[in-house]
Amino acid sequence: MANVTTIHEDDVLINEHGYNDHFHDHHHGDKYQTNFLTHYVFSMDHKMISKQFLITGMFWALIGAAFSVIFRLQLGFPEQSLAWIKPLLGKWIVIDPTTGVGTLMPEFYYALVTMHGTVIVFFVLTAGLSGTFSNLLIPLQVGARDMASPFMNMLSYWFFFAAGIVMFYSLFVSTGPFAGGWTAYPPLSALPQASSGSGTGMSLWLISLILFVISVVLGGTNYITTVLNLRTKGMTMWRLPLTVWAFFITAIVGLVSFPVLASGFFMLITDRSLGTSFFLSDIFISGQALDRVGGSPILYQHIFWFLGHPEVYIIILPAMGLVSEVMSVHARKPIFGYKAMVYSLGTIAFLSCIVWAHHMFASGINPLISNFFMTFTMIIAVPSSVKVFNWLTTLYRGNIRLNAPMLFALGFVTMFISGGLTGIFMASTPIDIQIHDTYFIIAHFHLVMGVAAFFGMFAGIYHWFPKMYGRFMNEAMGKMHFWGTMICAYGIFWPMHYLGMAGVPRRYYSFDAFESFKHFSEMNKFITIFAIAAFFFQLLFIINFFYSIWHGKKVKSKNPWGANTLEWTTPIHAGHGNWPGNLPIVHRWPYDYNKDEREFVPQHIPLQPGERSDGEH
Amino acid sequence: MVQAFENSRNKIHPHKFLLYVAIVSISMMFAAFTSAYIVKQAQGNWLEYSFPIHFYFSTATIVISSFVLHRSFTAYNAGNEQRYKQFLLLGLGLGICFVVLQYFGWLALYEKGVDLKGNVSGSFFYLITFIHVLHVLGGIAALLLAVYHAFSLKFKVTASRRVKLDLVTTYWHFVDILWVYLFIFLLISK
Ligand code: HEM
Ligand SMILES: [Cu+2]
Repeated sequence: MANVTTIHEDDVLINEHGYNDHFHDHHHGDKYQTNFLTHYVFSMDHKMISKQFLITGMFWALIGAAFSVIFRLQLGFPEQSLAWIKPLLGKWIVIDPTTGVGTLMPEFYYALVTMHGTVIVFFVLTAGLSGTFSNLLIPLQVGARDMASPFMNMLSYWFFFAAGIVMFYSLFVSTGPFAGGWTAYPPLSALPQASSGSGTGMSLWLISLILFVISVVLGGTNYITTVLNLRTKGMTMWRLPLTVWAFFITAIVGLVSFPVLASGFFMLITDRSLGTSFFLSDIFISGQALDRVGGSPILYQHIFWFLGHPEVYIIILPAMGLVSEVMSVHARKPIFGYKAMVYSLGTIAFLSCIVWAHHMFASGINPLISNFFMTFTMIIAVPSSVKVFNWLTTLYRGNIRLNAPMLFALGFVTMFISGGLTGIFMASTPIDIQIHDTYFIIAHFHLVMGVAAFFGMFAGIYHWFPKMYGRFMNEAMGKMHFWGTMICAYGIFWPMHYLGMAGVPRRYYSFDAFESFKHFSEMNKFITIFAIAAFFFQLLFIINFFYSIWHGKKVKSKNPWGANTLEWTTPIHAGHGNWPGNLPIVHRWPYDYNKDEREFVPQHIPLQPGERSDGEH
Repeated sequence: MVQAFENSRNKIHPHKFLLYVAIVSISMMFAAFTSAYIVKQAQGNWLEYSFPIHFYFSTATIVISSFVLHRSFTAYNAGNEQRYKQFLLLGLGLGICFVVLQYFGWLALYEKGVDLKGNVSGSFFYLITFIHVLHVLGGIAALLLAVYHAFSLKFKVTASRRVKLDLVTTYWHFVDILWVYLFIFLLISK
């Protein structure tokens, strides 16, 4: 520990107060990547891995969104000819030989809906969101050279990548991808003969998601260990930024719930291929009873939702962390109730593990059990409201910069409120039995999870883009992206509440047969138009993103936003190892904004004589 | 990679901590299996059967192998090259024995008429023990690597080799304890 390292001129501060970790004493090991392959492809640098997660996530987001546009066209304009997308979708569009009108095959409609859900929930909002930002920010914000195991971290990405390849391949098999919904309930998922996607499509779906679970576990193990073991000197737990707290808690939730999903999948696999009957019973196929008895499809639902509900919080917690940080920086105010924010994250995470059966109120479970789950589901609203209150209070009398990251952070809060409120209605069993599996549910979770998590992600991307690429994203385009998406999101999901209250069921290919839903056709058109518009606004974002990587305004100083966290103390283009010279030492919490006449005081600045330290007490 | 850990906060090595976290996660998977077992059992239609003797032997084998590997680890730390190598090899042998015994146990169970495809209680037994064996095979792969290192490298007590050996034995103790838990669970709840 005694060795003195060379002083880098641009890092005087860090060196003055630096913490010697021998970074320059050992020149062996994997740290110094040279060739293209180890730098861009099999990189072990957490910053590169984070970009890989982000760009792969964006690829899947584009696919998932395109799927939704296609099935929305079917719902909004069922009579319109879809012949023009035949070149893309091939035999899934059937063209009437006499009229030339192209229609989407019902089987493929279900496949699209299923893939939309699977891809966005797992690949975009889990891997693309927590994969990207946990990787980017955990080591940088706790002051570590890299993750505890850079190798496992690399594997985590490549397992995710492999999961994507398998899922992508399943889109092209002749019987189509899986079509039984993202929750993959048996018997549609357990009997290969059940529907066209239940054969090869479902097998590939299972393989893909098992690879995905491995990726999550490898990543999460690393995140937890890095936070607990590799914090720099002075970085106590109560000085961690809320982002890191959120990623840390998310990783814990992921590690306890994803393996449970894996066990359910193993049972599903044996049911499919080895003739067991874990989830199958009393099935008749064309009048013939299947010889698979004794199983219980409800058992699968319990297992699935034991992951499934925590999963939705795995998606939202990182977004909450990002929003808290972005909001505090751009409101130039300390986050209100730092500790309450941490405790509420923890409470939400804990409660999320004991409310899963609120997805099963209509499955015939014991009403007594329903009551238990109803109560705890409603209690989740308490820590959620604490968070909302604290965000609003952080804004109060802040010096708000209304730039793109801040706008998306604000958008997150509105979406979270609108969607969260409907959750409380659904938590009440008598109401839920009416609205279960209707568009009300779709509206609820798209606002509270879908759009909100995307907004958190966008806030994070606009905010940390300068750190990732050394350039800014275009601000005007960013604002357009925000307002467009915001308006479209409400345009799409607000009307769905009305559809749901009227009892319009989700996952239906067409409503022609229902006299009572006829008058909703205009509303369905309205929704579809907004969905198409929303899609184009996302293209704006993608253009902005890639244009800015090469041509965006260059970042001139290390800390362009005037933020307090450690990632802004690294050079603009930090190499592997993050800090040249010593690691920074931390002297304060991350939210010293507008303190004692100082605009902001980064974490590595020591306390002045007589200065009181905030946040920790 | 050494340099990244100079600022490690806990006394415990980060890689060991990684292992502990992974163990929690693997345990959750088996917790799910056993909870599903309990839930399903409560719904009735449950076949009861007694275990073939093989499983008692395999349990004894894996418990002994754990002790043996522990001795190997302490011998390594004490610089006792011969003991370390002997016990390591013995531990590996016992580990392989365990897998073989499980396999014959399955065959014997099948002979008794408990089929994977039949009553769910049998399906659970095969599936749970099979997934456990997969984890044991992972441990055997790690042990093979450890044996290879032990015999191919010149004997030296170094911190990094101690950590590696520690990781392998810790994981092995875990699959051992996991098996004992599963065995007792299956025994009393059938
Ligand atoms: C105030 C807190 C919340 C409450 C009380 C609540 C309650 C519920 C209930 C009762 C359901 C089941 C409805 C049904 O299927 O009949 C549900 C569905 C759902 N919720 Fe929430 N929720 C809340 C917040 C959230 C959050 C924060 C997220 C995600 C970040 C979320 C995501 C979902 C999803 C994805 C579904 C539907 C899954 C599906 O069936 O495909 N909810 N919610
Ligand atoms: Cu839920």
